Amino acid sequence: MQKEEAEKKLQETMEKFMKLVSIRLPDDVLEKLKECRDKESSDMQKVIYDSYFENLDVAIKEQRPCCQDTGLLHFYLKAGSEFPYLGVVEEALRKATRNATRDIPLRQNTVNFFEERNTKDNTGERIPWIHWDIVPDDDHLEVCTYYAGGGCCLPGCAKVFTPFDGYGAIVKYVFDAVAGLGVNACPPLIVGVGLGTNVENAAVLSKIAYLRPLGTHHPNPKGAKMERDLCDGLNRLGIGAQGLPGKVAAMEVHIESSARHTATIAVGVNVACYAHRRGFITFDRDLKATIRGYRGAEL
Amino acid sequence: MKKELMTPLTAKDIEALRIGDIVYLSGTLVTGRDDVLRRVLHEHMECPVDFSKAAIFHGGPIIRTNVDGTFECVAIGPTSSIRMENDQADFIKVTGLKIIIGKGGMGEKTAAGCKKYKCIHCVYPGGCAVKAADMVERVEGVEWPELGMPEALWIFRVRQFGPLIVSIDTQGNNLFTENLARYQSQKEKCEAPIIASVKEYQKI
Ligand code: SF4
Repeated sequence: MQKEEAEKKLQETMEKFMKLVSIRLPDDVLEKLKECRDKESSDMQKVIYDSYFENLDVAIKEQRPCCQDTGLLHFYLKAGSEFPYLGVVEEALRKATRNATRDIPLRQNTVNFFEERNTKDNTGERIPWIHWDIVPDDDHLEVCTYYAGGGCCLPGCAKVFTPFDGYGAIVKYVFDAVAGLGVNACPPLIVGVGLGTNVENAAVLSKIAYLRPLGTHHPNPKGAKMERDLCDGLNRLGIGAQGLPGKVAAMEVHIESSARHTATIAVGVNVACYAHRRGFITFDRDLKATIRGYRGAEL
Repeated sequence: MKKELMTPLTAKDIEALRIGDIVYLSGTLVTGRDDVLRRVLHEHMECPVDFSKAAIFHGGPIIRTNVDGTFECVAIGPTSSIRMENDQADFIKVTGLKIIIGKGGMGEKTAAGCKKYKCIHCVYPGGCAVKAADMVERVEGVEWPELGMPEALWIFRVRQFGPLIVSIDTQGNNLFTENLARYQSQKEKCEAPIIASVKEYQKI
């Protein structure tokens, strides 16, 4: 395939996929959301969950984005080193973003610093945000698409503690983020926690953490236990859907970690709202696409 | 039975409502958020919409412009109201606003403004944007379109728009500050066992 043809194919497939992701929640999130609903008992929580599910239904029926804040586009890539079209990926994603904004349509949310004018097509300086991970000796491209709305970006934070502060500081930091601004980020949340050595590596890991499929755990048993404990603890705060009194503040807590400097404990917290518009699509070397997590859906 | 409010609202219409009540709104609903408040209060521009007769909605829609130039509301949902906290009370005073619809709570300043000038703040469940768009009967127009789609004043005619949960009432009661205080008071108790369980994590 010629480069131009490949770019076009990638772009067109991504446009279709982005539409699906903007409208419909992935199966794992929907299932989890139903579990959360079943745990709630107050009338107010019921009214809210009814609104959530009714809205998700009509979004599919009317093929419209389920939340008006379609955010900024984030693409987290796992690119095989042998994938033949690495060079056209970024341009294809930019063009797909532009077209999707016009055609789905998405809300125009993107503003460049210092110019301070809406770019009207959701592209801008370094946006869509593209994060590359290279997978050696592989010829696939996996794209994780995420719509990052404003409300769920606001509670995001990262801080570097000392070993003296210890793991306890991580716990407090997560609780502060969720019980503070997290309340306004449309709970039940998926809470991403990144543990690392400095601010940006912890922050990036917190993002990768919440993008992980639900039901997956940190590879270290202590990490996995901490995920569970944090989730149970957050769900004892009395926070429910929409930050109003209830039982489920967090669907899950995910931790991702890197090694750290002996002298630092860096923590990043990133929360994703219940409208977790995150989708995985994989292209093979002929650009044949496979989507996962959307039962029965085709592009 | 659904409790319904109809714009234009008077103080009398909203006086009996208390935090936690659930209502539905019919009439005129106009979007206005960060930039609108800034223009009216800090740049002293004349507001092209009479907010004494309309509800303000903290949020930006997705609008489709039809070939004949008319607008269609594709999706509309609330944004975090707390961002407007600094200016909202003054905005109530200047415009005679009676009802604010947004997401999440607002602070003491707005609660004081609601009490003094008789206004309420309600939350519409965030993210329920298509359901909300279906309750918009018509897009009647747009003012200050140069602010961009999310920030402009979009004028909607709505029918039984809700559920709206009253979060600040005309007595200045504030559902979210009460809740936040409760969550904060629970925090230490909830953190403690986890902190204890990770105490040993640095040991080898
Ligand atoms: S927090 Fe999420 S669900 Fe809520 S309004 Fe923002 S993007 Fe939509």
